[in-house]
Amino acid sequence: MPELIRHDGIHNDEWTLVSKPEEGQDLSLPDGPALLPAAVWKENMDRFAGRNDIGIWFDSHEEPEVYADMIGDLPVIAVNFPKFTDGRGYSIARLLRERYGYEGELRAVGDVLLDQLFYMKRCGFNAYALREDKDSAHAEYCLNVFSNAYQAAVDTEQPLFRRRAS
Amino acid sequence: MYVYDEYDRQILTERVAQFRNQTDRALAGELSEEEFLPLRLQNGLYVQRLAPMLRIAVPYGMLRSDQLRRLARISRDYDKGYAHFTTRQNVQLNWPALEDVPDILAELAEVEMHANQTSGNCIRNTTTDQFAGVQADEMVDPRPYCELIRQWSTYHPEFAFLPRKFKIAVNASDDHDRAAVQVHDIGLEFTRNDAGELGFRVYVGGGLGRTPVVSPVIREFLPEMDLLTYLEAVLRVYNRYGRRDNKFKARIKILVKAMTPEAFAEKVEAEWEHIKDTPSQLTPEAIERVKAFFTEPDYASLDDNPDALKAPREENKAFDAWVKRNVDAHKKPGYSIVTLTMKKTGVPPGDASDRQLEQIADLADQYSFGEARVTHQQNVVLADVRQDQLFELWRAIRPMGFATANLGTLTDIICCPGGDYCALANAKSIPVAEAIQRRFDDMDYVYDLGDIDLNISGCMNACGHHHVGNIGVLGVDKKGQEFYQISLGGSSQRDASLGKILGPSFAREEMPEVIEKIINVYVDNRTEEESFLDTYRRIGIDPFKERVYA
Ligand code: HEM
Ligand code: SF4
Repeated sequence: MPELIRHDGIHNDEWTLVSKPEEGQDLSLPDGPALLPAAVWKENMDRFAGRNDIGIWFDSHEEPEVYADMIGDLPVIAVNFPKFTDGRGYSIARLLRERYGYEGELRAVGDVLLDQLFYMKRCGFNAYALREDKDSAHAEYCLNVFSNAYQAAVDTEQPLFRRRAS
Repeated sequence: MYVYDEYDRQILTERVAQFRNQTDRALAGELSEEEFLPLRLQNGLYVQRLAPMLRIAVPYGMLRSDQLRRLARISRDYDKGYAHFTTRQNVQLNWPALEDVPDILAELAEVEMHANQTSGNCIRNTTTDQFAGVQADEMVDPRPYCELIRQWSTYHPEFAFLPRKFKIAVNASDDHDRAAVQVHDIGLEFTRNDAGELGFRVYVGGGLGRTPVVSPVIREFLPEMDLLTYLEAVLRVYNRYGRRDNKFKARIKILVKAMTPEAFAEKVEAEWEHIKDTPSQLTPEAIERVKAFFTEPDYASLDDNPDALKAPREENKAFDAWVKRNVDAHKKPGYSIVTLTMKKTGVPPGDASDRQLEQIADLADQYSFGEARVTHQQNVVLADVRQDQLFELWRAIRPMGFATANLGTLTDIICCPGGDYCALANAKSIPVAEAIQRRFDDMDYVYDLGDIDLNISGCMNACGHHHVGNIGVLGVDKKGQEFYQISLGGSSQRDASLGKILGPSFAREEMPEVIEKIINVYVDNRTEEESFLDTYRRIGIDPFKERVYA
């Protein structure tokens, strides 16, 4: 089973990430907990009422705005990094946390590399599906590489200038 | 000048350790070249034509003498004994070894320096007027605000992987714009509203490079306390909606154009509404705290134009010429702002040897409260020199090569490294600058021509700001041959404008001749008071075309 890094350590990942269906293709659900493409989930929401093993994922160009009122109870939301250099997922994560009040598990998936973990954490992620060829043994160092930060973000409400001035 | 506290020191120490770890993993093959690329760029490390290049940050251009000495030592120990002052107010080393970079960064950190975000698709070093804090006409000292922007942008978790690089510049002077704010991704200009409150006029979407744009204003007045939240809103809109499919269309200027400045501004306002009242809003205490680092040095109480200045000026024509050109008025009586020119003919513009860096450090200690500043014209400023010491200073700097009295003139050329160093170049630029300097070696004539910006870039990336030169020179490649295209009428001042292309390009040997013809058109047409740019704007490009292509 694939690994999932959370802030308390490394876990087995029970969730299956369902890719976007091709044109004309029906949605086929795997057994067990599943992460669906956000748009697919939205279209079929009635089917999943009452289930707590369904989550969604956003691609980097998608807008969480569209889903703002629907996502509060989801157990897991994932944000895809199609390439590690595509920084849109950081903004999506902050919006989900800070603007839309999402409190469940927020996962980074896709091209997730070690040297981005600290930034992801600050933007509100708390779970990471590291790209397979990367060594999760380094994750703890990379998640905590800085002991402090200048700006406010999801993990730090008060920017350093306020903490210094007080 | 800003001084690090425990927080700054610790964060920087951790950064150095992080980059050492990353370099080790890259060298061990655990990071692919592609994965290491943005990491090393965000630590200033380019890989160039002849060797790696390290770009060291000089926040808003300010350097202490101990930092200059450290730069000298580093350029001696790890490089070939010289460094380069750039148009981004940074310092570049041309030949460091990749393996040494973590050690270089550690040495820099000891003197509160770094190479953070000097390259890569992130928020770059914020630049400002090299005369900040000492000139009479500025509204406030912009440096504390630049420092707040520096801190906010350093390792910003949301904006480390933007579509493209991002540059912010700040100007506080009503009469001048020495920071070229209208050709930056964000330009901030201090202003006051009708109630007299301090704030910023915000320009977004300027820049040079392949698609040069003079930026539109997207907000006429931003209260000072809202600086960081508003920047965050602009960056968030850019991060989410800037183009990522095409590197050449990825700068914010393309987004602003595509959306129209009005629609872009609306989007930013909508985003900002959500975040303007969060704790990231500045506080008077926070601003005061940073301002306390930029207080006035211990000025003596003096009079302007003392005998110790007057007498030597009357007796020594060369000194007088230097004072006229390279010395600017200071807000304090009895003091002056001195620009050390790095434009001696035969030396690449901006280049300084390790020995020269040490000499600048000594001069800063002796004459200017231990501080120096880098200008975007690739010169160095001593901002607080006593007028009664100007003569002594001038005598000291002549043998060092800093007294070329050509500041702001035709031979004070901005010039990128071009084909001699840069892998992206279409043509060399340093020899063109040198040939022009040699042609115009009669200083009286150069003074008579007055202020002229001549800027040279070796390719359309525009590192030499050719678009905003009154005369711009661009290296172009024609079937593997080097040619040079000329543009006229650019300005990076408050009346910023982009130069217009004169016509077909020229071979390198022709350049001095062509520049001379252009200058002659000006001389023949000018009225008493007109600068080159004034005349150009009055008579247009045609008379120049006619003469040059006759
Ligand atoms: C030698 C190594 C260098 C390389 C590989 C390099 C590369 C580039 C590239 C690719 C761009 C265009 C980016 C874009 O428009 O998106 C650029 C722009 C720029 N570079 Fe360089 N550069 C180098 C050296 C320098 C130096 C030495 C300076 C200063 C003297 C400099 C200052 C600038 C400036 C001011 C721009 C501004 C363009 C703008 O406003 O859009 N660069 N550089
Ligand atoms: S303008 Fe072109 S040639 Fe000159 S430094 Fe920039 S990239 Fe290199």
